[in-house]
Amino acid sequence: MKTLSTEILVIGGGAAGLSAAAEAAAAGAKVLVAESDLHLGGQLVKQTHKFFGSKDEYAGTRGFKIADILLSEIDSCKENVEIHTNTTITGFYSEDGTFTAMRGEEKYFHIKAKKTIVATGAQERLIPFPNNDLPGVYGAGAVQTLMNVYGVVPGKRVLMVGAGNIGLIVSYQLMQAGVEVAAVVEAAPRVGGYWVHAAKIRRMGVPILLRHSIRKAVGDQVITGAYITALNDRFEPEGEETYVDCDVICIAVGLSPTTEILSQAGCKMMYVPQLCGLVARRDRTMKTSNPDFFTAGDASGIEEASAAMVEGRIAGLSAAADLGYPTEHGKLDEYWGRLQALRSGEAGARICQGLECVLVNRWEDVSDD
Amino acid sequence: MTDALDLFNSGVLTGEREGAVLPDRKLWESKKGGVVIIECPQRIPCNPCHTSCPTGAIRPFADINDTPKVDHSLCTGCTLCVASCPGLACFVIDLTFSEDKALFKLPYEMLPLPEKGQHVQCLNRTGECIAEGTVENVTQPKKDRTYVIHISAPKGIVSEFRTIRVVK
Repeated sequence: MKTLSTEILVIGGGAAGLSAAAEAAAAGAKVLVAESDLHLGGQLVKQTHKFFGSKDEYAGTRGFKIADILLSEIDSCKENVEIHTNTTITGFYSEDGTFTAMRGEEKYFHIKAKKTIVATGAQERLIPFPNNDLPGVYGAGAVQTLMNVYGVVPGKRVLMVGAGNIGLIVSYQLMQAGVEVAAVVEAAPRVGGYWVHAAKIRRMGVPILLRHSIRKAVGDQVITGAYITALNDRFEPEGEETYVDCDVICIAVGLSPTTEILSQAGCKMMYVPQLCGLVARRDRTMKTSNPDFFTAGDASGIEEASAAMVEGRIAGLSAAADLGYPTEHGKLDEYWGRLQALRSGEAGARICQGLECVLVNRWEDVSDD
Repeated sequence: MTDALDLFNSGVLTGEREGAVLPDRKLWESKKGGVVIIECPQRIPCNPCHTSCPTGAIRPFADINDTPKVDHSLCTGCTLCVASCPGLACFVIDLTFSEDKALFKLPYEMLPLPEKGQHVQCLNRTGECIAEGTVENVTQPKKDRTYVIHISAPKGIVSEFRTIRVVK
């Protein structure tokens, strides 16, 4: 079986992975990017809204344009970057330090890398309810892919479950595509996403029902409606169920980090609720307890894409520095300054709490259990 | 929990608060071109309103998470912040438009685009139609498909009217 070799393997060509690749390649390292999708860009390519943050994180620029900016940055040092799209890293074997990879569904090969940056992103969470296997129940990511990558609307009238940033933004994008949003239900007593994203759809007449959730989907062959209900303080259904006429139920109840490769590489993992799941412990350079593995982006904890891009830069910079490539003095501190700025708002407080649990100052001080 | 708090927590502004402070009414009434009204009451890491402001009316941010602060006396109503704000939370309202009508310059990213002279529905913060307005101009300040629609509408709805519905 063919074996590819590289200095730095970046797993995942999304916001974090592309930033890591750009940074490492600019420092002079040879980088191989493995992306399971047909195109690079990850979730960025589906984001038609303008990003928050500061100019350094391309604030005010639409997400898909940011993907273009990162790709052109990579293109400017293309002699150092090898891109493999449609390529899934299926496993890591620590016995001989080999990755198994699959292009499409037929071609298998091995990859060996001196350093690896795991920027595998996240998976959507789903919630159980009767009939959630009927056609018409979608994850929000699928709705975005259908609409914003392939130009296909998912239906005519949507019930959105979850008022985090994804639920709010996808509701707005659905309306832009001419799809009606019947309501957004949110179990918490307030919207989880940015207030301004909620205001945008409220003023277009979309009800956001706080302390509400879906009870069951209705339909014979496909979704024709849903029953929703109010929740009490213990998140238990309360009062009568209300029928909502809809042909799509879109689930946007959160994400979990994708970290299997890190576990296989023996990285010390920790379950951190504030980071939305199992993540690798890491130091300030985004290095894990396995000194050849770095982590960045949603794989290291669910956060905004703006933070993922900065984390990717830190990981790329650190991996290149570990290989002996000269990197600009003070850049790490500059990137941390940017992360701290991004994390000092309301949503950032939770992230910081989570990071306090996983961030390692000195690996020598971390016990083995 | 009160209804007003629930309303706010679902994304509807309920009264003035930090990040959503109205201009001094006298100053507002005297400003040709209008002044910006910002409705951004939550600390989030975002500052394009300030960085896009050519006159310094939207004050510099000490911390990028600060809610925006405006010196309305410096605002010319240019609408660059209206087109730049990722949260569509900036609106320019010109009270000098006519005796009984104000000119609202509102961000718009929907289809179809209205045309000059067209009548549109004026919606409040929960999407209720509260009046009819007339489109006076359609601009695209940043050439990035966030449009700014200029609508003349009754002065009585300045504290309520925040977006339009184009009826085919």
